[in-house]
Amino acid sequence: MTRENSLVTAQWVEEHLADPKVVLIEVDEDTTAYDKGHIRGAIKLDWTTDLQDQVRRDFVDKQQFEALLSERGVANDDTVVLYGGNNNWFAAYAYWYFKLYGHQDVKLLDGGRKKWELDSRELTDELPSRAGTSYTAQEQDRSIRAFRDETVEAIGVKNLVDVRSPDEYAGRLLAPAHLPQEQAQRAGHVPTSINVPWSKAANDDGTFKSDDELKALYGEAGLDDSKETIALCRIGERSSHTWFVLKELLGHQSVKNYDGSWTEYGSLVGVPVAVGDEPGEA
Amino acid sequence: MCGATEGGLSLDGIDVKKEAIVQGRVERAGDPVGNAYVRLLDRTGEFTAEVPTSASGHFRFFAGDGEWTLRTLAPKADPVDKKVIASVGSVAEVVVSI
Repeated sequence: MTRENSLVTAQWVEEHLADPKVVLIEVDEDTTAYDKGHIRGAIKLDWTTDLQDQVRRDFVDKQQFEALLSERGVANDDTVVLYGGNNNWFAAYAYWYFKLYGHQDVKLLDGGRKKWELDSRELTDELPSRAGTSYTAQEQDRSIRAFRDETVEAIGVKNLVDVRSPDEYAGRLLAPAHLPQEQAQRAGHVPTSINVPWSKAANDDGTFKSDDELKALYGEAGLDDSKETIALCRIGERSSHTWFVLKELLGHQSVKNYDGSWTEYGSLVGVPVAVGDEPGEA
Repeated sequence: MCGATEGGLSLDGIDVKKEAIVQGRVERAGDPVGNAYVRLLDRTGEFTAEVPTSASGHFRFFAGDGEWTLRTLAPKADPVDKKVIASVGSVAEVVVSI
């Protein structure tokens, strides 16, 4: 993948607002953001209700994903363009999720909702209507999804990239600072994981940094791109942002997102945990 | 220690004793700015969190003890940085003028 295949600009989106084969989808942490205004024609996916199983902690299954996209009017040959708030955290999560279920043509709007708003581009509260489809998903592509056991086995072996803020990595905070801090899990990080906050890959306006800047960022952080990589954060959404950078923009071969991330790992009994600013020993 | 200043965000349902709250309002010539983005940077300048302001221009963070910087971005305005000290058990109220 390359930047040209996986990212579009706000200008490109404006030029394709009337294209019926381009489906804009807004995905936000704040699931009410869409209702206050969205890009014309965009539909909404709610990451908490549409993309998560409502009983077990897992994703909706293949049949549920097919039913969801069929009902929302997304076809297999549509170009899906995802965008959202929080510098595209949850849009990147949805991008990874669409790739997990094998959607071919999916892109991120560079800068997401913030860039669109800072550019003073139009938002509307009009709801679009799309005819239903008969969407067919693929089996989950497990080559891009990591689970807890693989993460434990990766300590000292694979690249582990923890993309939370330095205070969360060190164990001084348990959640991003726009959320309350009282949490059940232990604080800290997976030993030998390096800390490259997702935000270092983005400009203040939410757009991604240039390929050269990104290569330098991960090179200086000690990411060995001859090894397999697992990205993690707290719940797997910020690490989707970094997964996107490493896999889709920089073209690293083997990059997985650990969506269980710290809320799972930090609650496991008996696994090693490192605290402080250093990666720690295997 | 636990009451927000007049006109601030309600703290109902929040255990203020356990949180280091930084909150406030973004204004332009005294009017609330509802489409700004406020970023919380740590003592090294590293990004920690970001929120869009509410319709009334308000924002809130749950930080930790120490010095933080609020960086505010808004349409047709230059970014504004403002330092703030947070501590667990108190509420730091900040007004940002753009």
